[in-house]
Amino acid sequence: MHNFEFVKPSSVADAVAALKDEDALALSGGQTLMPTMKQRLAAPSKLVSLTGIAEMQGVRQSGGVLEIGAATPHAVVAREAAAVYPALAALAGGIGDPAVRNVGTIGGSLANNDPAACYPSAALASGATIVTNAREIAADDFFQGLFSTALEEGEIITAVRFPIPQKAAYAKFEQPASRFALTGAFVAKYAGGVRVAITGASEDGVFRWSEGEAALSSNFSPAALSGLSVSADGMMGDLHGTPAYRANLVKVMTQRAVAAAS
Amino acid sequence: MPKDSGIGASTKRREDVRFLSGKGVYTDDLNLRGQTYAVMVRSSVAHGKIVSIDTTAAEGMPGVVAVFTGEDFKDVGGNPAGWLINSRNGEPMREPKRPVLAHGKVRHVGDAYAAVIAETYQQAKDAAEQLAADTEIEELPAIVDMAAALADSSNRVHDEIPDNQCFDWGWIEDNRAAVDAAIKNAPHVTTLELVNNRLVPNAMEPRASIGEYFPGTGDYKLTTTSQNPHLTRLLIAAFVMGIPENKLTVVAPDVGGGFGSKIYHYGEEAVVLAAAKKLGRPVRWTAERSESFLSDAHGRDHVTKIELASDLEGNFIAFRTETLANVGAYLSNFSTATPTFLHGTLMAGPYKVPNVYVNVKTVFTNTAPVDAYRGAGRPEATYSLERVIDKMCRELNLDPFEVRRKNFITTDMFPYTTPVGLPYDTGDYHATLDKAMEIGDVAGFASRRAASAAKGKLRGMGLSTWIEACGIAPSHLVGVLGSRVGLYDAATVRVNATGNISVMVGAHSHGQGHETVFPQIVAEKLGVPESSVEIVHGDTSKIPFGMGSYGSRSLAVCGVAVTKAIDKIVAKGKKIAAHMLEASEEDISFADGKFSVAGTDKAKSFGEIAFSAYVPHNYPLETLEPGLEETAFYDPGNFTYPAGAYICEVEVDPETGKVEVCSFTCADDFGNVMNPMIVDGQVHGGVGQGIGQALLENTSYDENGQLLTGSYMDYAMPRASDVPFYKVDYSCQTPCTHNPLGVKGCGEAGAIGSPPAVVNAVIDALHSGGHTHVKHIDMPVSPSRVWSAING
Amino acid sequence: MKVSITVNGKAVSGEIEGRTLLVQFLREGLGLTGTHVGCDTSQCGACVVHVNGKAVKSCTAFAADLEGAKITTIEGMNNADGSLGTVQQAFQDHHGLQCGFCTPGMVMSSAALLAENPKPSEDEIRHYLEGNICRCTGYHNIVKAVLAASGQDADQIAAE
Repeated sequence: MHNFEFVKPSSVADAVAALKDEDALALSGGQTLMPTMKQRLAAPSKLVSLTGIAEMQGVRQSGGVLEIGAATPHAVVAREAAAVYPALAALAGGIGDPAVRNVGTIGGSLANNDPAACYPSAALASGATIVTNAREIAADDFFQGLFSTALEEGEIITAVRFPIPQKAAYAKFEQPASRFALTGAFVAKYAGGVRVAITGASEDGVFRWSEGEAALSSNFSPAALSGLSVSADGMMGDLHGTPAYRANLVKVMTQRAVAAAS
Repeated sequence: MPKDSGIGASTKRREDVRFLSGKGVYTDDLNLRGQTYAVMVRSSVAHGKIVSIDTTAAEGMPGVVAVFTGEDFKDVGGNPAGWLINSRNGEPMREPKRPVLAHGKVRHVGDAYAAVIAETYQQAKDAAEQLAADTEIEELPAIVDMAAALADSSNRVHDEIPDNQCFDWGWIEDNRAAVDAAIKNAPHVTTLELVNNRLVPNAMEPRASIGEYFPGTGDYKLTTTSQNPHLTRLLIAAFVMGIPENKLTVVAPDVGGGFGSKIYHYGEEAVVLAAAKKLGRPVRWTAERSESFLSDAHGRDHVTKIELASDLEGNFIAFRTETLANVGAYLSNFSTATPTFLHGTLMAGPYKVPNVYVNVKTVFTNTAPVDAYRGAGRPEATYSLERVIDKMCRELNLDPFEVRRKNFITTDMFPYTTPVGLPYDTGDYHATLDKAMEIGDVAGFASRRAASAAKGKLRGMGLSTWIEACGIAPSHLVGVLGSRVGLYDAATVRVNATGNISVMVGAHSHGQGHETVFPQIVAEKLGVPESSVEIVHGDTSKIPFGMGSYGSRSLAVCGVAVTKAIDKIVAKGKKIAAHMLEASEEDISFADGKFSVAGTDKAKSFGEIAFSAYVPHNYPLETLEPGLEETAFYDPGNFTYPAGAYICEVEVDPETGKVEVCSFTCADDFGNVMNPMIVDGQVHGGVGQGIGQALLENTSYDENGQLLTGSYMDYAMPRASDVPFYKVDYSCQTPCTHNPLGVKGCGEAGAIGSPPAVVNAVIDALHSGGHTHVKHIDMPVSPSRVWSAING
Repeated sequence: MKVSITVNGKAVSGEIEGRTLLVQFLREGLGLTGTHVGCDTSQCGACVVHVNGKAVKSCTAFAADLEGAKITTIEGMNNADGSLGTVQQAFQDHHGLQCGFCTPGMVMSSAALLAENPKPSEDEIRHYLEGNICRCTGYHNIVKAVLAASGQDADQIAAE
């Protein structure tokens, strides 16, 4: 790993200022960034740790919305969101392994937008709002393909606001080696309809399965999806699964999420 | 009532205390005054011509103290293959030189062509990055597929080997015509083409080596992650660097697992020694896991077509196999033995089949070298046999348990020499099968299958009845088979003056528990407490000699050497006792730690005899030397032949293809057992690895020779949630007939017997769900492959 | 830069670079070599330590990020008299280790599990240890050791 300057600001404003330097990167847990730096695939001149900023920590409920500070570790979400938004808590409790969950954060996960990460599906299926130091971004606008988001250079996520659904569940089929999602389906039922977000499957990263949403919005049951078939076009293919296999998992995992949510 | 000490007791491991307290000392834990750090510069292409290496910039970087390239080692010897195999036409195998650092060409991704030594690890890493940038390699087309490699002589891994073939071996060639005729005339022939998937051994401790040079004496010391420090010393001394053995000490301290991958000598060991001499400072190197994936010797990688000829009742008439075995880019030390004499000679299994013929072509490719990995050749043989037998049972609608039963060699047939030349000394294959069926509750399977079906899962049961040849030795046999070394072992038993005992053993412990088990044997034989016995291993300056630990040989070979040395101690003790007790030597007996005169109550304790040997005031000095220390070398008369029956039950989720192992039952015959707790652990570990091979582990190179599974992100290691509790039994014991301990070895059993049981269970599950078109799925039987097979 | 932390109850401080990993600080800076490095992708778990009571992979934490933290390593798990602690003793009693290399991380993860969940089921243990790879034991005796350390009848549960 190349060396860098390490700073740990205690306020969002200081963090934003520190990130103005060229080649500065935010560190928010670093469970993905650090292995990347070890391989020398990332070589920031400065790392700005976001985990010392009190205002970016914690899980808060306000009305029908659950707000999570962006630097909140997965383990804390798993514990503190359990009563209010159990599906989200269960997702957080299934990311990586316990040691990773103690350090990795929701903001880090969303900003990285790994196509096989779990959190993007929850944000997208919940119609979450991504709050940054500068603005609020709807999840539908935030995810822009593999490892790509609407964040500007130096912009940091400070919190994520999840509208709390009537019912929801996440069903993940794990890639056998990494334990990331080979395909994961997050289903959330709101008064206005059902949203389904799929991670791990598409070449374009997390996406909403609109046919599934339509079918489930009129009949929220696994059987409602039986007649649908998912096209393998645009699905990822690798050692762990062909595009056709992933297309199958989109439907199967969505059905299982619906069953779990029902 | 189980024993609480000595042979057969489940003595807790003494070594655990240091490992559990963080006080183990592994190679990378050492911290030496003046140490420097080596980083290897490795090829990023699979095949290429080294056009130029400009070391100037790297040499000038901060902290850099030396840079080595292949040029620096071009005049030293190559790292040799340990076994000479001849082709069917009598030609000896092709043996390209394996240089310390690649010279002229790089031949696989990860092939090291230079090394940078610096004051700190980071400085060495920085300079290695610079050196890679300053190296021009002209990329050549990669040779990855074995069949294509044999067919295309225009593209060569080694320029002097036109068809990329190392050898074309037939076993037994003289029997080929008879086997062909038997198959041609047989009522039924089952054919199966299968892949025995390439595996990365993945000992959890990455390889590491530290070189030291002592200018005052000209001595070298290598501390390294080795399963066999003497073999490493021999290879470095006699073949690679020409350092005399008496000027080179090789130490393997605590070693974090090996599974075969740490048997071999690797180029990094020579680099750190050469660099230490040049610099007069210790030079250390530790692999990153990514380097281990690229540069450790891999295992398996066979493509096999097997035919089983039988009558319609399932009586075996013949087995015939054709195998392509990948040796990778260079011949690693055991790589030519693994697909031949550790594979072909097992191709009769535990069966009284009259006709067997095995053909193996070994192929050079632009991939990491392939060598012995836990089981080494025997898992490949077992997998081919047990899969094709399972397929035959389906084709002829026969019960797989009954088919095994009717084909087993029976107890009245031993000693029994198979048509592939191995003299099995003893066994009882019906007994282990019966035991497995009992503890695996085969009778209750139907109700478990129904319960799975109620959950939407397909349940299957798979059987594998396996045998292996292990306790790797004897020299006279392995010599006939092409080995260039002897395969005995050695031990020194040193009784110290106050009666405590040091035992220097040639076997190296890297998880097997020698530090606990060998004292159990010594304590039992000498009637002393286990706690008074200490084992010394892993240091060529302290132990007499040893060929190391692999091939389930520690106990069956080195353990017996220990008992032979003890016999000598007792014999000498009797002489001393006879003198002290004024009796005739013939009248002295030794039991329970006491030398007694027959028919009297006169006796001397073991401690008194030991003291007398070192304080020989009243001692037969005219006929006997003082001291009480004996060394024995032991070279057994035969391999040992553990065998057993494994039954696996799986549930398949037909919607996702995911396979869950619900139960795994092992009934093994290891002969006599020294420490049941440790035998349990060895079987568990082997089965865990076998389940890994069957369901998870995939080593995949793309067409450019890039390793697609080069980290734990893509190489699926078995985790705790992938496996069940195993049912392990070894109460069926037919003690080995040719070693005095009656032991056979248990280290590899689990990895040998388990993969076909798992795959047979998956196929059984799919057939139960009506997916009868699925005849075979190659390992790893991943969810995607299962789902594709169902829907294909 | 300088970092001050508490390791196994002892205040320590040392000069580090930004890139210094916690595991490097422990092994090279403090000579606490019980914590091992088995991979470079944050998966094998041989390096697990406790940071403020929570299991953390010390190969994937910067020392600089841990100013003021309380770290416990395998060297801090023995009883005050030097004997093995409860989890360690259960690993020895049930042969939950062979080569010993993954063992420190296994023990630290297991201890973290038992702190969160004093009587875990077999299934909970297996899932909690997902980030700890062992190549020797096939996990059987590790799971038994954790069951035993939690006061459950490991032999009976394993036989069921």
